[in-house]
Amino acid sequence: MAYSQYVLVCAGTACESCRSAEIVRRLQAGVRARGLEGSVQVVRTGCFGFCAQGPVVKVLPGDHFYAQVKPEDAEEIVEEHLAKGRPVQRLLYRAPGRAAGAAAELPFYQKQFRIVLRNCGVIDPENIREYIAREGYAGLERALFEMTPDDVIEELRKSGLRGRGGAGYPTWKKWVFSKEAPANPKYIICNADEGDPGAYMDRSTLEGDPHSILEAMAIAGRTVGAQQGYIYIRAEYPLAIRRLEIAIRQAREAGLLGRDILGSGFDFDVELRLGAGAFVCGEETALIASIEGRRGMPVPRPPYPAVRGLWGKPTVINNVETLANIPVILLKGGDWFGSIGTPTSKGTKVFALTGKVNNSGLIEVPMGTTLREIIFDIGGGIKGGRRFKAAQTGGPSGGVIPEAYLDTPIDYESLAELGSIMGSGGLIVMDEDDCIVDVNKFYLEFTVDESCGKCAPCRIGGRTMYNLLTKITEGRGSVADIEQLHAVAHAMQKASLCGLGQTAPNPVLSSLRHFGEEYRIHIKDRRCPSGRCKALVTYSILPDKCIGCTLCARRCPVNCISGERRKAHVIDATRCIKCGECYEACKFGAVLRA
Amino acid sequence: MGADTEVTALPERSIELPDGISAFIEEWKDKPGNLIMVLHRVQEYYGYVPRDVAFEVAARLDVPLAKIYGVITFYHFFKLRKPGRHQIAVCMGTACYLKGGEDLIKELETILGIGLNQTTADGEFSIEAVRCVGCCGLAPVLTVDGEVYGRLTKDQLAGIIAKHRGG
Ligand SMILES: Cc1cc2nc3c(=O)[nH]c(=O)nc-3n(C[C@H](O)[C@H](O)[C@H](O)COP(=O)(O)O)c2cc1C
Ligand code: SF4
Ligand code: SF4
Ligand code: FES
Repeated sequence: MAYSQYVLVCAGTACESCRSAEIVRRLQAGVRARGLEGSVQVVRTGCFGFCAQGPVVKVLPGDHFYAQVKPEDAEEIVEEHLAKGRPVQRLLYRAPGRAAGAAAELPFYQKQFRIVLRNCGVIDPENIREYIAREGYAGLERALFEMTPDDVIEELRKSGLRGRGGAGYPTWKKWVFSKEAPANPKYIICNADEGDPGAYMDRSTLEGDPHSILEAMAIAGRTVGAQQGYIYIRAEYPLAIRRLEIAIRQAREAGLLGRDILGSGFDFDVELRLGAGAFVCGEETALIASIEGRRGMPVPRPPYPAVRGLWGKPTVINNVETLANIPVILLKGGDWFGSIGTPTSKGTKVFALTGKVNNSGLIEVPMGTTLREIIFDIGGGIKGGRRFKAAQTGGPSGGVIPEAYLDTPIDYESLAELGSIMGSGGLIVMDEDDCIVDVNKFYLEFTVDESCGKCAPCRIGGRTMYNLLTKITEGRGSVADIEQLHAVAHAMQKASLCGLGQTAPNPVLSSLRHFGEEYRIHIKDRRCPSGRCKALVTYSILPDKCIGCTLCARRCPVNCISGERRKAHVIDATRCIKCGECYEACKFGAVLRA
Repeated sequence: MGADTEVTALPERSIELPDGISAFIEEWKDKPGNLIMVLHRVQEYYGYVPRDVAFEVAARLDVPLAKIYGVITFYHFFKLRKPGRHQIAVCMGTACYLKGGEDLIKELETILGIGLNQTTADGEFSIEAVRCVGCCGLAPVLTVDGEVYGRLTKDQLAGIIAKHRGG
């Protein structure tokens, strides 16, 4: 049956939390009530990426894009748009300063290029037939019937695909190591632990297109000679887990997983294993320990898991996004993929664009796109017209990039040169209200908390650095502390056992490099320019600006503001807890934060 | 569920496990690396890992109790103490931190009169901080019993608590 209209509703986690499920129910009810079910199909899809404007509803044909839709709006969309062909103007998304237009023409989408997210927001992730209709499992079919394992590896080599989990290791090399390792059985693991706090690329891919991961794992199994795959996924991602369970069941029923796949004689199956909230388990040797049911402690490499991994057997571990590229590479060819991107970094990168940016959401851009294009063209610039301060990539293992480098085309090498890393795809935008020292204290608190404690450089070094940063944010810092930060950082980088400890100092080192002045202001002037470090700010009221409206006095939680109506008010600094309520409340700019 | 009968027939158990968990253990018993999956199942049912259940799991899977506690204490996700009937989890991932996740925690502490990782005297609510629930576009975010609330401001919190209280 052919439908003449399609209504796509985002059912990613963020939009579900805004009651997108209810929107779907109401749309379906409206469609039925008008007898349109033969011509209109309502589809629950994965994430459209435009999370800041969710829940998002798209109507085809016409590519009409509705934003911030409420369940109450469903009737109107059905009645006006689907039944009468008149798009509901009031709900159509308009980019600032532009008229409503087709989704593909929105500034948010124009510079994007979707390989990994090709199906997210397009298909119903709970229906294998929709995946197959978009050439799903055709890559696996080629790997089974038209290509030898060496052909697959050759395509991957030509594609230039590098690991998206952080380190950027060429995927084909990893596969060759496993393929050539003599021991049996072999395993394929998909790393869906997504530990970087503030990033959700892998979650969205799994929620929006789970079959692409299963297909890629089966291709990997066929290529290296493995028959069992595991997806190690965070327990904090219940929707992704549910969609994967459905996908695995459907793939087994369709003969695309299990015994004798498509009559090829090749057996391959996939099982889920849940993580349990330990960042270090994203590290591959710790991840293996965790799947084995133990505490997730890393062990020294080599031997690498590709040779000696799960239960001591050769194991390919790849990140979700790395895998999602693979079916497309087999279909369109390694040369095609290799034509996208920069000389060293091919294809695209998915970023979770968040923080102080207008259009936060999930985006995919060709390697070599500049940060300025991402933040200002796609992201729509800084929220509330504030000033851009820094972009952070790589989370607790990465670093900050200041305004001067916004035009650098991003790839693995250029970001490393700037003292950051590509990382897994967290991209956090900071503005003038964010304090660099405070943010780095946050990252170190995270790595100290997540250190497994096995080796001393990470366990003790991390704590020492955290204490030094605390001192500085509390106005007790000295110039010598900066030197000590450098010294401890270098020791950690050199002597830590695993990537967690080796990279934990990166945020501090990169911010000392690009924002050293801000550290010095904290230390020498005992001042925090952004006002974020409480110990370093004081609040007072400017008598000539205060009109005595009493608003601040009523808002102060500790009642330390006094003054008569229509007369200048005064803050009792000895009792002030520096909550900032008065500063936010005053409409006349009379409260001074210094 | 066919495995239940055999399991309940085993002698001298310190605690009767609910059927669902028993069946799950039977299903996973012979798979290597099963412990963490079993603990997930236990916590899903009880909200935490009660001590007598941990004993029972040790016996059924034939692993030392010390190993079970080693695993539980290593992973942040597993709880040893009973949480409130409604579990409030405030996101303290980077995006939420920058947008005031800490202020949400403080406000909740004030409203409920308890600190982080504590439970109200009536057992209704507990508060914890978690790392990124994957809705950073909606920061700051919290969840109550898994239901996500985003784009929050402090003054919405009292309403959210009222909605869940007694529910
Ligand atoms: C502390 C630490 C955390 C990591 N977390 C993740 C993660 O959450 N997801 C991921 O895919 N890789 C993570 N990695 C990288 C993995 O160890 C591994 O390199 C990656 O999964 C390999 O896949 P790829 O080659 O496809 O990138 C982490 C590494 C370290 C040291
Ligand atoms: S570097 Fe840190 S996380 Fe890694 S093994 Fe050492 S203590 Fe554990
Ligand atoms: S900062 Fe907070 S405590 Fe201090 S005067 Fe203002 S409202 Fe009162
Ligand atoms: S940082 Fe809070 S949801 Fe990601």
